[in-house]
Amino acid sequence: MRILRLVLRRLSLSIPCLGIILAVLFFLLQLAPGDAVDALIGQMGTSDDTLSKLLRSYYGLDGSVVGQFTGYVGRLATLDLGLSIAYGKPVIDLILERLPVTVVLMVTSMAMAFTAGCVVGVIAARYVHRWPDTIISVLGMLVYSMPSFWFGLMAIVLFAVTLGWLPAGGISDLRAGHTGIAHLLDMAKHLVMPALTLGLIFFAVYLRVMRTAMVEVMTLDFMRTARAKGLQERAVLFRHALRNALLPMVTIAGLHASSMLGGAVVVESVFSLPGLGRLAQEAVVQRDLNMLLGITVMSSVLVIAVNLVIDIIYARLDPRIDVGA
Amino acid sequence: MTELRFPRRAALLGGAALAYHGGAAEAQDTPRRGGTVTVQVATDPRFLMPALRGNFSITNLAAKVVEPLVDLDSEGQPQGRLATSWEGTPDGLAITFRLRDGVKWHDGRPFTSADVQFSAMEMWRRVQNYGTIVFRNLVAVDTPDPLTAIFRFSKPMPLRLMLYAGTELSYVAPRHLYEGTDFLANPVNMAPIGTGPFRFVNYTAGQHVIVERNPDYWDAGKPYLDRIITRFIADPAAAAAAVESGAVDMSIFSSLPRTDLVRLGREARFRVSQKGNEANSIGNTLCFNHRKPELQDVRVRRAFAHAIDVNFYVRSFLLGLGRRGLGLQPSFSAFYFPDLTDYPFDPRRAEALLDEAGFRRGQGGIRLTLRMTSTNGDDAVRFATFVQQSLARIGVRLSITTYDSAGYLANVMRDWNFDLTGETIGFRNDPQISTTVFLRSGQPRGVPWSNQWGWESAPMDALIDGAAEAVDPDRRRALYRELGEMVMQELPMWLAIEQVYTSVTAVKLRNDHNNPRWTGSHWSDLWIAA
Repeated sequence: MRILRLVLRRLSLSIPCLGIILAVLFFLLQLAPGDAVDALIGQMGTSDDTLSKLLRSYYGLDGSVVGQFTGYVGRLATLDLGLSIAYGKPVIDLILERLPVTVVLMVTSMAMAFTAGCVVGVIAARYVHRWPDTIISVLGMLVYSMPSFWFGLMAIVLFAVTLGWLPAGGISDLRAGHTGIAHLLDMAKHLVMPALTLGLIFFAVYLRVMRTAMVEVMTLDFMRTARAKGLQERAVLFRHALRNALLPMVTIAGLHASSMLGGAVVVESVFSLPGLGRLAQEAVVQRDLNMLLGITVMSSVLVIAVNLVIDIIYARLDPRIDVGA
Repeated sequence: MTELRFPRRAALLGGAALAYHGGAAEAQDTPRRGGTVTVQVATDPRFLMPALRGNFSITNLAAKVVEPLVDLDSEGQPQGRLATSWEGTPDGLAITFRLRDGVKWHDGRPFTSADVQFSAMEMWRRVQNYGTIVFRNLVAVDTPDPLTAIFRFSKPMPLRLMLYAGTELSYVAPRHLYEGTDFLANPVNMAPIGTGPFRFVNYTAGQHVIVERNPDYWDAGKPYLDRIITRFIADPAAAAAAVESGAVDMSIFSSLPRTDLVRLGREARFRVSQKGNEANSIGNTLCFNHRKPELQDVRVRRAFAHAIDVNFYVRSFLLGLGRRGLGLQPSFSAFYFPDLTDYPFDPRRAEALLDEAGFRRGQGGIRLTLRMTSTNGDDAVRFATFVQQSLARIGVRLSITTYDSAGYLANVMRDWNFDLTGETIGFRNDPQISTTVFLRSGQPRGVPWSNQWGWESAPMDALIDGAAEAVDPDRRRALYRELGEMVMQELPMWLAIEQVYTSVTAVKLRNDHNNPRWTGSHWSDLWIAA
């Protein structure tokens, strides 16, 4: 019941928020010079007046801006995301085609970054200001300041071109035409480098947050109490310190859910993955309003869902936080 | 007469770091059946019906499935595909095509002259970009029998123009699947049914197109390949990695960074060459807004041409993958004339011309301040920057504004909001298809890639119109020569650099790049050596 209340409350807050995002995006894209038909003609290489007019009326771009927007919102209310002009297909089909790759990429890289960040952060905090901590901090800084596309490219050069262990890009080996389990394994193989690349930057962030949180928690009074009552160092560290230090980590992870979508654009380009990020980038270049708005709606739903999960995790980690209030 | 001088690789690659392997050894091998070829291109055209929309990236994918009446052979001469022979009347008002017998659509229906009639009258003439220009005087296509199509024009149509335009525009769509439908919404556009050597299998937006062998192809025994997979990889570095790791067998349309092209060209695993791309070349053109008073003086335009060291740019920035342009057409064209007036690099002459025109160096040594508009492609931005720096030396200050494709179209083509632009213009085998449209006056506003420049010249209009209807090939050539010279004298626009796309091909492939528009050709004879 508490959870249900939470979900309802979040949703009631999210819908107006989504409306504002949509309106801003819609009118922002109107400010960009040229429309979807211009982009289309740019790709065709030539056109004439009647053809441009024909295309504009065909795609409903000849009406007023406000009319186009209210039309869009009206259709959205019936869960219709409209037709992509650039691809001539329903937006929902395109998004569903691309969503799995992005979600898998985000979830795996987030999981890897979070787990590795926790472990390494705890080690650094355990040996704070001693040599393991110094090495970890320097490495963390190095990874953090490295642009992800550069790391991606270097990984491709090493693992795909030189060693030939992993595929250079794409989501599956089209030539082999795998099916079933072999197909899944093939896809997993294609996702190793992209997930590592996307995860690495976030790993560095988690590592630093974890280290700081642990160091801080370990100076608190209840830690001294725990040690005083004779608990082993391991129990102190994991049962008392870690649980408390996880709170800021979870907060950050929630915030990262949205910024990961942005990072995914770069990684998807470098590894030529068919994900949502690249689709969004293309939608802007193509002035494909329906597609861009559709992706926005979809990502908003994604981010809202992730934050909901984060809130629930909060409640489990720290019973003092009443999420339903 | 050789229509397209081809191959001319020695001249083309002259001095460049590219190696060209292969040649004689290929011809002796016996073709082997089977195998899959994977190709990388940068852009997904998101449309696969060339009868309705023509550009390089569409024909590259779709010409394996949908066929034109004519293509080019290895000498650059028209070669029949769906047509077997053709003949024009002396007055140029009718052109008769005899069609190939026994050709079937991939769905089993027979191909007939009715398909040609429908495609020409309803698609090429009305909807297809370029087609609406080239076929604007087409009034009817008569079909006296299923294997004859007679094209009738209201004004003379040179046979050569019809044939060379035909290689890019005369793709025949299945009438039975399009008639009575909304063309642009027809699903066949994204899953084409044609008569070609390969059948369409799958298109996944932004990812790949797969075609497979058509066992019932009219050219018995062909094609040799089982499948062709074309992958869309936009990021040049990622594309280079795909080529190097062997994930793709070929990269076309200069999709890799130039440094990688040069580097891979030194490896024995790849052929890096411009061969097979000649008929689809592009040019960096400096265009002027003739509504701008400063640019109306021809001395100013000539000064700009004198101020830009094209050869240095080609050597240093294009790594030799290009050459100095001259006149209206690239050097591979039958309408290239090497003896036209040119403006060699001479900054002092440029400054003298500007002095003469009354633009003396003022405060800070500045003679003129102008805006340069460019698209945001690497190549265009690089060219714009070079022009900016070259002109700075003669006291002309340029500010550069870049737009993405849609923004450029709106600003330059529709609103005429520019002083100079660096336009990348594609050439299509005949000046009448895509070149003279830039210079003819009296075109409606808002037509992209036409005369955005506000150029008006009655003598030039007369030459353009005369050449468009000149049925006699020699007279036609002479008129285009005259037009080329007039363009070099007046410089309404200046083709500074011509570039031919570069392909990277795994050496195991045979019969690749064996005609001047090979990337947009049928590939039925392509095969993989063991």
